[in-house]
Amino acid sequence: MTTRTSIGTMILAIAASAALGACSKKPPAQLPPDPGGAVATTTDTTPGTMPSGPAAGSQADFVAQLMGQDTVYFDTDRYNVDSSDASALTAQAQWLMKYPAKRATIEGHADERGTREYNLALGERRANAAKNYLVSLGVDASRITIVSYGKERPVALGSDEEAWSKNRRAVTVSID
Amino acid sequence: MKLRLILPLVLLAAPALAQQAPAPVPQASQPAEEAGLSGEVSDESDWQDLGIAIPAFATDANVPTQTSAGSTAATGIAVAQVITADLKNNGLFKPVGPDALPRPAFEQVQAPEFGVWSGRSAEMLVQGYVRATGDGNLTVGCYLYDVALKQQLAKAGWVVPPADWRRAAHKCADVIYARLSGESPFFDSRIAYIAETGPKDHRMKRLAVMDSDGANHRFITTGQATALTPRFSPDYGSIMYLSYLNGSPRIYVYDIERNSQRLLVQSTNATFAPRWSPDGKWVLYSMAIGGNTDIYKIPAAGGTAQKLTDSPGIDIGGSFSPDGSKIVFESDRSGSQQVYVMNVDGSGQQRVSFFGGRSATPEWSPRGDQIAFTHIAGNFRIAVMNPTGGSMRYLTDSWQDEAPSWAPNGRVIQFFRTARGSGKAGIWQVDLTGRNERRLPTPVDGSDPAWGPIRP
Repeated sequence: MTTRTSIGTMILAIAASAALGACSKKPPAQLPPDPGGAVATTTDTTPGTMPSGPAAGSQADFVAQLMGQDTVYFDTDRYNVDSSDASALTAQAQWLMKYPAKRATIEGHADERGTREYNLALGERRANAAKNYLVSLGVDASRITIVSYGKERPVALGSDEEAWSKNRRAVTVSID
Repeated sequence: MKLRLILPLVLLAAPALAQQAPAPVPQASQPAEEAGLSGEVSDESDWQDLGIAIPAFATDANVPTQTSAGSTAATGIAVAQVITADLKNNGLFKPVGPDALPRPAFEQVQAPEFGVWSGRSAEMLVQGYVRATGDGNLTVGCYLYDVALKQQLAKAGWVVPPADWRRAAHKCADVIYARLSGESPFFDSRIAYIAETGPKDHRMKRLAVMDSDGANHRFITTGQATALTPRFSPDYGSIMYLSYLNGSPRIYVYDIERNSQRLLVQSTNATFAPRWSPDGKWVLYSMAIGGNTDIYKIPAAGGTAQKLTDSPGIDIGGSFSPDGSKIVFESDRSGSQQVYVMNVDGSGQQRVSFFGGRSATPEWSPRGDQIAFTHIAGNFRIAVMNPTGGSMRYLTDSWQDEAPSWAPNGRVIQFFRTARGSGKAGIWQVDLTGRNERRLPTPVDGSDPAWGPIRP
């Protein structure tokens, strides 16, 4: 999270000051069913200015447009892209095709019910599966990097199947 | 705070562990040793119940020292306390420490008043002394007696710089343990691990090191980048670990003396699960390329990597047999995590775990006869099996225990235990019998323990 927010925040801060002057903190509250808080990336708020909508092509815009579909979910120990994943990835691909200069990172995650090192490899595998799907839809592979956080970055904090199902995920974050 | 002050224990060192060791400690005059206990004690219940008196170590002159314990007399008390804690905390014998015992005079160290000790029902007696050598170092002598037989069973002595006074105590505990149990020593060793703080969704994970009893604790990384899965090099000169330093997970080699680090492999691919060979000459690492993780071997000094596995699944980890000829590792090529053994060149890969559920994080015992691993079937439990997959036994039973690491002598296993819900983790240990399970004292939560070898 540190890494992503630092890179994301820095770039977004530049984007915000250049394009808009201010972006609101984008609460994931408006996201449909999967709350997860999967997208924690926020933009800086410049005090004294009224927040307006996210800049077109920014990460905030990506989050707002995708409405929760920036994240795809996986079954235990699996990494295949199912139909709901496919529609989410299709929406991501459409956004990425609309902003061809943008690059994205896909973060792969696992739930806590796996051993640490295996989960790192599993998160990598999931992120890669999401990447491959985007590439199959026409997104240039060189625009997408992947990083695995294994079980180190849960969004749902419980120790039950509901929480675990939210943590087995791949989150796409646009980085510029 | 130089941790790696070389110059360890000059006087006797390793040979002291053999019972025939000569007596280089200045005052040591009595050669007699021989037969102390009749033969090697193999029945654990016998030696585990031995009552051992460990009074304060004597001194010939109470003078100030540079140790953290104080003068030579105060250090003498502290040394006996460390020895007592080593034995007591590991469930070994029934030690009684210096706080409850009379302190022998310096002259009595090699001529114990056996009557006093048999009157206290002590079966074994540990006496010793602490002397300032004049150049700032300390000489610590350590003597083990059989009270009933009125015989000396073992003796050893070391010259240590003041910062290493605890090492002399650990060495003495090792002499006692080795002599009475017939096992190899393990107290004078260190542990690298991951110190954890903060909420579950934002845990700070820092590389840290400590002695086997938790003393001399030191944080190595600041926590700005998540650190995971450390491994001490066999000579304790460096630590390999995973860091998210520049955003992606990669293995770094941290040089303890120079406080500097380098990437193990120059690659944009993720690398994880670093492992040393027992001789420190080779390194195993796992690298993910396009979602496929395989195990590689590379000379520790740098050079060309050799790919050892080539399955479409996740092949990860790896642990060398003590003779360096084989590697046990983890693979999900069958559909779930299982344990496999291969030759050191990657040939002859064979699955050895057939226990139902999943089997992960295998670690070969330093004695070679056992493989410790995490068995997952509902709960995560630490288990051992022999190298062909037979004689599987559970050592722990909790919600989530994982990542076993062997004591240098292969008799004790450390692992980390995660609490359901809070996700808080702690370092625990258990001995090979499944007994003496306990949590290690760490300043904050801990995970990924990596137990190093016995120090030279």
